[in-house]
Amino acid sequence: MTEIRVPTLGESVTEATIGRWFKKAGDEVKVDEPLVELETDKVTIEVPAPTAGVLSDIAAKDGETVAVGALLGEIKPGAGASPAPAKAAPSPAPKPPPAPAAPAPQASAPAKLAPADAPLAPSVRKIATETGIDPAAVPGSGKDGRVTKGDMLAEIERAAAQPTPVPQPAASVQVRAPSPPDDAAREERVRMTRLRQTIARRLKDAQNTAAMLTTFNEVDMTHVMALRNQYKDLFEKKYATKLGFMGFFVRACVQALKEIPAVNAEIDGTDIVYKNYYHIGVAVGTDKGLVVPVVRDCDRKSLAEIEKEIADFGRRARDGTLKLEEMQGGTFTISNGGVYGSLMSTPILNAPQSGILGMHKIQERPMVVAGKVEPRPMMYLALSYDHRVVDGREAVTFLVRVKEVLEDPARLVLDL
Amino acid sequence: MTYDLIVIGTGPGGYVCAIRAAQLGMKVAVIEKDPTFGGTCLNVGCIPSKALLYTSELFDEAGHKFGRMGIGVDKPKLDLGTMMKFKDEAVDGNVKGIAFLFKKNKIDAIQGVGRITAAGRVEVKAADGKTQTVETKNIVIASGSDVTRLKGIAIDEKRIVSSTGALVLGKVPQQLLIIGAGVIGLELGSVWRRLGAQVHVVEFLDRILPGIDAEVARQFQRILEKQGMTFQLSSKVTAVDSSGAKLKAQVEPAAGGAAKAIEADVVLVAIGRVAYVDGLGLKELGVALDNRGRIEVDHRYATNVPGVYAIGDVIAGPMLAHKAEDEAIAVAEILAGQAGHVNYDVIPNVIYTYPEVASVGKTEEELKADGVVYNVGKFPFTANPRAKAIQQTEGFVKILADAKTDRVLGVHIVGADAGTMIAEAAVAMEFGAASEDIARTCHPHPTFTEAVKEAALAVSKRAIHI
Repeated sequence: MTEIRVPTLGESVTEATIGRWFKKAGDEVKVDEPLVELETDKVTIEVPAPTAGVLSDIAAKDGETVAVGALLGEIKPGAGASPAPAKAAPSPAPKPPPAPAAPAPQASAPAKLAPADAPLAPSVRKIATETGIDPAAVPGSGKDGRVTKGDMLAEIERAAAQPTPVPQPAASVQVRAPSPPDDAAREERVRMTRLRQTIARRLKDAQNTAAMLTTFNEVDMTHVMALRNQYKDLFEKKYATKLGFMGFFVRACVQALKEIPAVNAEIDGTDIVYKNYYHIGVAVGTDKGLVVPVVRDCDRKSLAEIEKEIADFGRRARDGTLKLEEMQGGTFTISNGGVYGSLMSTPILNAPQSGILGMHKIQERPMVVAGKVEPRPMMYLALSYDHRVVDGREAVTFLVRVKEVLEDPARLVLDL
Repeated sequence: MTYDLIVIGTGPGGYVCAIRAAQLGMKVAVIEKDPTFGGTCLNVGCIPSKALLYTSELFDEAGHKFGRMGIGVDKPKLDLGTMMKFKDEAVDGNVKGIAFLFKKNKIDAIQGVGRITAAGRVEVKAADGKTQTVETKNIVIASGSDVTRLKGIAIDEKRIVSSTGALVLGKVPQQLLIIGAGVIGLELGSVWRRLGAQVHVVEFLDRILPGIDAEVARQFQRILEKQGMTFQLSSKVTAVDSSGAKLKAQVEPAAGGAAKAIEADVVLVAIGRVAYVDGLGLKELGVALDNRGRIEVDHRYATNVPGVYAIGDVIAGPMLAHKAEDEAIAVAEILAGQAGHVNYDVIPNVIYTYPEVASVGKTEEELKADGVVYNVGKFPFTANPRAKAIQQTEGFVKILADAKTDRVLGVHIVGADAGTMIAEAAVAMEFGAASEDIARTCHPHPTFTEAVKEAALAVSKRAIHI
């Protein structure tokens, strides 16, 4: 019998939700064949079969929350083994490990989890309604992990003790007023995925923590577009990747970050940490939500390397195969709402970073060039920044620098 | 042939273990030294004593309470022989039930005394002296317990009796002296008092019912005294002279001092029970015992000898049938490769007197000793409508809950139906309930159980009916 357990999911990730099982109890499985999909705060991963055999037992069902190391199921050796544990096996059924010196294999038998629809204790329901604390988010100390009144009281205490200056830290869960029955019948209720819950929490945290505001500018894309048109075939031939705009934007930002280090810094307690490395997060929309893979050390990478990496991230973000470490450690983020047609937006910081650049749709607009009105491909740029770290002058200068580099790409070469 | 499991003993531990193991697909045999199955509980313990407690209580009610309720009857006449037959029928029905369950689950029953000669080998010596050896993969010892004897006092089961003899007395003793104010002494003392005996209880400690919440014990003692039982605490019986027509017991203060003779027709020695391991061959096998002669096991009920397990009265913990049953199921499931577990924090304890005494979880004394800060909610049956309606208002419900988390830590009940009511508290505690959870659970009216709800309300000082 081989146990299937929740693998280590990376730094700061302690639990996951069962996305779905690809196999049923009783199915034969091959080594490394994917068995089950786990959703974590950051990624969706597949757990492969550690050995070949028959999936004899599924301990955690679809939608259940499991901790790192928790039992997911068991694989029995050999094909044709009965999926039901021990029950009808004729004679070799009991197989106690008779060696008392050896660690008891059953000693750490899996703690059962209360069914997801287990009703809450009345005291817990009352506290949940009165405080808005979601019992599902409170670690339970009762039988099979049920949440007790004591757990809820501890949660209230914990929330109250949090030093955040935010007015209502615990009230992130809103209780919805009931709809009229006629409308209610036409509503659909879907549980938020873990990724969606994390996005919601992190975005709100960022808004609650940072003194966030946005400065705008616009960039004339004429020269970058000309450059791209001129070299895109050659570039693709040589590097086997398309020449897009993202590479230019990343490079332009790196250059501006070097000049305005505050935008690449973050607050740690009463210190400001300036980072002399440039890990740029590139927001990628997927059908499940937004993920932000990080292109590391952009100052040391060629434009082709950056383009290649971004293309690869985009592909894998949509497949859900990004690794956790690929989404950690960013120092600045670029978000491109333009791909969906956005003309102007105020992006929210990717905490604890202090700046995020919003790219938008390129649109031809009449511009006055040398006293004459000309159609020019224009893009609005937005920089949201944390005013606690970045002064207004710095923010505006940063954005102007990005604009200048993009309007005159030769500056990239000359490092101006 | 080789069995998967042999269980030694067919008390509540042994027979339940055998059945559960058989359910899990094991080939099981049980070994029983007595002619009937069921062990102490069914033959000379819980079941016969409950039959006598029931019949004697009805006798008592007919004699003392019927008139007040307007039921005119002549003074009831005791036919002890028939009452004993009623009891024997109860025992008979129960032990036959076990035999049926063994058959149903295809469990082989071997009559005789079992001795483990080696791991996996048990030699059974039948009453006629014949021996056979059976082989097995695993052995569970569920041999139970025996009466603790008192130095210098020889039990003859006629006049100087243990609980076994006290269940089969030929006539009601005029004076019954009970040594030990524990569960057994008070239950059997109640039986014979109701049937007409003068019951005097001598207890070594300065309180009755050691281990039970002190407030409960104090109030319960007062109730028993009102019923006519007398108590002599902090005292010990050093000798019983059985030469005369009346027994003469030497009773002296526990701390030492002048002895006084107390006369009695029957002396019941009820100072407790000890693990029963005689003849099992444990010493030769090298099975480790603790300093009180109980078999040492780990959390999987495994002894230090591979393949030998033990459960019930023969290991540490309260000597209760339901504790043995839960361990029986746990060990059978562990042997089948499953997870088996007994929650020792939530084992209820009941004394089947009138009124009954029932408790689960911690006593106030234990909480104080552990330094736990707790709240007390108490509600007397004098304020319970059902109890008032039938004038059975003795006793109270007491709930102890953690001051911080409100989690129920202990529930103690003295009252007419305490033994049944305590199950609610056990379920609540098993699920980690707060007293508020009990208070917010709808209880039927009018029942005694409303007192449990009111006591839960009283934890936060909001009982309604008081």
